[in-house]
Amino acid sequence: MSERILMKGNEAIAEAAVRGGCRYFFGYPITPQNEIPEYMAKRLPEVGGAFIQAESEVAAINMVYGAAGAGGRAMTSSSSPGISLKQEGISYIAGAELPCVIVNMVRSGPGLGGIQPSQGDYFQSVKGGGHGDYRMLVYGPSSIQEAVNIIYKAFDKADEYRIPVMILGDGVLGQMMEPVALPDAIDVSALPKKEWATDGTKSGAERRIINSLYIEADVLEGMNNKFKALYEKLKAETAHETYLADDAEIILTAFGITARIAKSAVDLLREQCVKAGLIRPITLYPFPSDVYAKYAAKKNVKKFVTLELNLGQMVEDVRLAVNGKKPVEFYGRSGGNIMTPEEVVREILKRI
Amino acid sequence: MQQVFKKSSLLTDTPFHYCPGCTHGIAHRLTAEAIEELGGNQGVIGIAPVGCAVFAYNYFNCDIQQAAHGRAPAVATGIRRVCPDKIIFVYQGDGDLASIGMAETVHAAARGENITVIFINNAIYGMTGGQMAPTTLIGQKSTTSPAGRTAELQGSPIRVSEMLATLDGAAYIARVSLHDLKSVIAAKKAIKKAFDYQVAKKGFSMVEVLSTCPTNWGMSSEASMDYVKNEMTKVYPLGTFKEIGL
Repeated sequence: MSERILMKGNEAIAEAAVRGGCRYFFGYPITPQNEIPEYMAKRLPEVGGAFIQAESEVAAINMVYGAAGAGGRAMTSSSSPGISLKQEGISYIAGAELPCVIVNMVRSGPGLGGIQPSQGDYFQSVKGGGHGDYRMLVYGPSSIQEAVNIIYKAFDKADEYRIPVMILGDGVLGQMMEPVALPDAIDVSALPKKEWATDGTKSGAERRIINSLYIEADVLEGMNNKFKALYEKLKAETAHETYLADDAEIILTAFGITARIAKSAVDLLREQCVKAGLIRPITLYPFPSDVYAKYAAKKNVKKFVTLELNLGQMVEDVRLAVNGKKPVEFYGRSGGNIMTPEEVVREILKRI
Repeated sequence: MQQVFKKSSLLTDTPFHYCPGCTHGIAHRLTAEAIEELGGNQGVIGIAPVGCAVFAYNYFNCDIQQAAHGRAPAVATGIRRVCPDKIIFVYQGDGDLASIGMAETVHAAARGENITVIFINNAIYGMTGGQMAPTTLIGQKSTTSPAGRTAELQGSPIRVSEMLATLDGAAYIARVSLHDLKSVIAAKKAIKKAFDYQVAKKGFSMVEVLSTCPTNWGMSSEASMDYVKNEMTKVYPLGTFKEIGL
């Protein structure tokens, strides 16, 4: 760990990715994530890696497919409309069991929407997004330091499970500056060799095929079941944070930047003698359902209020986890608007 | 006993699934032979398309990635960054390369990606059952141009080789045919040359191979060969469109 330095979110994430072993980046300009490809264009050649500004988001994710399939630690980043374009490629990457890292600095939508922060891509991140039955490991960091720590380890996680890993950020996380401590760079030459990678060194019975086509229904069902088992195993990565939740009567729940607002709101509510607490999922898939189930079963908990920068997406997973045991309410802002802690306090006071 | 012919070691023993009279099999064989004749032991990575040749990974005896529809040149671009010294070839049909994947094709050529593209132009979508391709001839009937393609209604066929030859990143661009023995020999020579350009790291090389689709054209194998010779070569003249020199 180095000393703490002040960095913009997008640049800190890019540097942490390089230190985590990323050597191949394929991107396309879109606000508010442009600093990531710009940083990579300068930085990757310094470490013997490669950066390409692709002709489209579609091409960029397929370049990731090729590089990841050849054994490289590959990454792309984009923002919502660009991530929509990548969904076909992400589905292929999941189907072909390739490891990669994708950063989505979410902007508001639908359509061209706006360039201001949003959490409107929750559904397309945690429910698959592209066609077919697949999942990604999805993180929703709430600070630049947390995003740095997550992306630094994301390539290891992607390799371990052979799965696409997504960092679901937002315009705030990408654009704001915070003090961060950057981890030391790993030695990429010491990484284990990927025997499954098509690096052009094998033929005959030993040759490798990267593919997601299984024309026989039984064979494909076998693959689908293999993925199901993988996603079960992935539950070991589930992560969350709780804050003043143990004696809470009202539990706020939020991810990413909204969770920091919620945390401030919890403090303000506690000052007014309202027993509020917070559950913050760090992994959005797998979702920390057990934590919600645990708190839902507690006598002191009267209700949950989910806070999001959208019209209500994660709240559906919260409801599934709470399973009718306690009321689950929702408050959200959209269009690029961000709620204030005071606004959250007003909303909560109306509900008790 | 003197051996006068053997199957390329770059082909597996799996029988081709292609229809009788289809020229995919010949194009596969020429590609495999051309790579084998480069000599050396650089290692080979192929990229299979979506279309009739999707199962190319069953036939080429090397590491292979199967790509999403039209994205093979982008996939090859990613592989190239990780494997700077391997032989990388892309095998694509006309719908894959010139319709859904046109952007990836043009930009791979513009970047001068050091890859070789084998472009099978049979003027129709084969695997999906005979729909109109960007290369379908004026007047040619397909399931989605049942009255025959017209320039007014569906636009005119795209001459990909001529178009890519205008790009500075393209090192070698040629169009060949497989309708008779003489044209097959010429095709082999062009494909070999395309790989020579890749070995010399000169940039993007592509060979457009005029091919048959008797099943979806509704013709016999023999009539299909004649159609390539008499009709397709009129719209798609054979020749070398770009050759920067080795």
